[in-house]
Amino acid sequence: MSANTSGNNPSGTPGEVTVSFDGRPITTSAGQSVGSALVTNGITAWRDTRKHARPRGLFCGIGVCFDCLVTVDGAPNQRACLVEVHEGMEIKGSSEPNVPPLAEPEGGRK
Amino acid sequence: MSAALPGTVEADVAVVGAGPAGLAAAVASAEAGAAVVVVDAGPQPGGQFWRHRPESVEPDPDGKGHHGWRTYRDLRARFDAARHSGRITYVPGQQVWMAEKVHAGFVVRTTPTVTAGPTSGTADGGSTVVARRLVLCPGGYDRQLPVPGWDLPGVMAAGGIQAFIKGNGGLPGKRFVIAGTGPFLLPVAAGIAEAGGQVLAVLESSSPKAWLPHLRAAAGVPEKALEGVEYGAVFARHRIPYRIRTIVTEVLGTDCASGVRTAKVDAEGRVRPGTERVYRDVDVVGFGWGFTPQMELPLSLGVETRMDADGSLVGVVTERQESSIPGLFLAGEVTGVGGATLAVLEGLTAGTAAAAAPAPAAVVPGLRAMARHRRFAEAMHRAHPVPAAWQDWLAPQTTVCRCEEVTAGEITAARDDLGAHHARTLKSFTRAGMGWCQGRVCGFAAACLGAGPGAAPSIESLSGAAKRPLAAPVGIGELAALKNTDD
Repeated sequence: MSANTSGNNPSGTPGEVTVSFDGRPITTSAGQSVGSALVTNGITAWRDTRKHARPRGLFCGIGVCFDCLVTVDGAPNQRACLVEVHEGMEIKGSSEPNVPPLAEPEGGRK
Repeated sequence: MSAALPGTVEADVAVVGAGPAGLAAAVASAEAGAAVVVVDAGPQPGGQFWRHRPESVEPDPDGKGHHGWRTYRDLRARFDAARHSGRITYVPGQQVWMAEKVHAGFVVRTTPTVTAGPTSGTADGGSTVVARRLVLCPGGYDRQLPVPGWDLPGVMAAGGIQAFIKGNGGLPGKRFVIAGTGPFLLPVAAGIAEAGGQVLAVLESSSPKAWLPHLRAAAGVPEKALEGVEYGAVFARHRIPYRIRTIVTEVLGTDCASGVRTAKVDAEGRVRPGTERVYRDVDVVGFGWGFTPQMELPLSLGVETRMDADGSLVGVVTERQESSIPGLFLAGEVTGVGGATLAVLEGLTAGTAAAAAPAPAAVVPGLRAMARHRRFAEAMHRAHPVPAAWQDWLAPQTTVCRCEEVTAGEITAARDDLGAHHARTLKSFTRAGMGWCQGRVCGFAAACLGAGPGAAPSIESLSGAAKRPLAAPVGIGELAALKNTDD
């Protein structure tokens, strides 16, 4: 594993990491997942479903359900439960359509 | 992954997964002399069971809150030694999106699990693994039953809460209710309490009496009883109420979970009128109804399957953990949900067998221990079934497929009006299971709904729900590249 996860640490507190969520700075610590950084800062939902615009956040917690998708440093559709934070990371919730990147199973488009 | 990923890796044995089964299989194969490549979706070894904080911030975890940590330390030391000596090539942070049988063995294609953050791969950074034999140890995830309000933020898989604690060292909320069935609810609740959270209640749909016909099988694995005593002490210390024959009938809240409505149920899971109760100021509700093995890779290779005692679709294996496809071995939850101790024994057996050339049927070490653990697992499954009447808990407007937002009413209408009884047909008619998660979360429930109230889904329906042409989402570029490398 890459040893340097905390990166620059302008705050000076050991292990403290500042990231942004929709432009707003939030504080967390090195080694946290994006989902943990958000939830422990009181942000429990960061995506709206495309059909009924219902809020979504963490659910399965292990990368299976894709409920917790976020945009991280410009990379869309990242699972917040799996991505680890780094100093200065830009996290964006999404309410735009989240179209699965790939084709559905054969037999799907009937 | 700071190191450059090899484009194509060749090996005698490829192992998919680095949890209890995968680590054991890799170590056993390497120590038997094989050249091994291990592909794992996680950024560091351990899988879900031995998930721990990033080693970049906690290089020497003490295993607090873990079971079998000594086994992990032992396997990890042997794994690291084999990596050091070049016997094991470790490819972390990569998920397998396709596995194929070719004349010389197997081809496994991977794609980065994440493409952001310090452990990310680049978007085009997949790899191809070619191996003579393949050991699949993909594990499983919490099985879910939909209930009104379960799609609110604040509702999590029970295992997801545990993963959050193990992986981050903190809690996803303050006041928890844990519900579902099975012994796994106990370590989840104990972990929350030990991390400083308040568990308002653990709600178990079954009853300890359900174990009575299975005491012989339970006695075969005494360490499980000891674990139970340990959790009992934690529950007593933190005053966690454990309510049996009780379910959550509704998660309350508008934009996030704020409480639960509960009720007592009979042995079939039918709600007993007049037993309702409301817990308020709840910020996290955890659900777990057993586990679903990750069957897409074994199914894509065409293995023979069976239905296990818990109603899960699993792969059929020999005493050496070989599937019906020669050279393809399965270990861990994909051969039947049975816990980490069994998974390690199966992994060691599979890894040893995969490393040897067509070996004589030598005495398989651990066979008797595996049999004891399998009997225990079967007893557990029978004592903690999915309640037969669970479909009665749904309202027509209850969301079943969280991705495509398909309701119970839409699914039962497709079943009753259009004759869609299989998960696959339901998917075509309603889009249930067609979103991002490809039916991993709702597949079991949709298959049950297709079968009808009180009926168990057929093996064909479960297979239909678990078959996925792509085992992980991939980019168009990776598919396009595939055309060029095909012979």
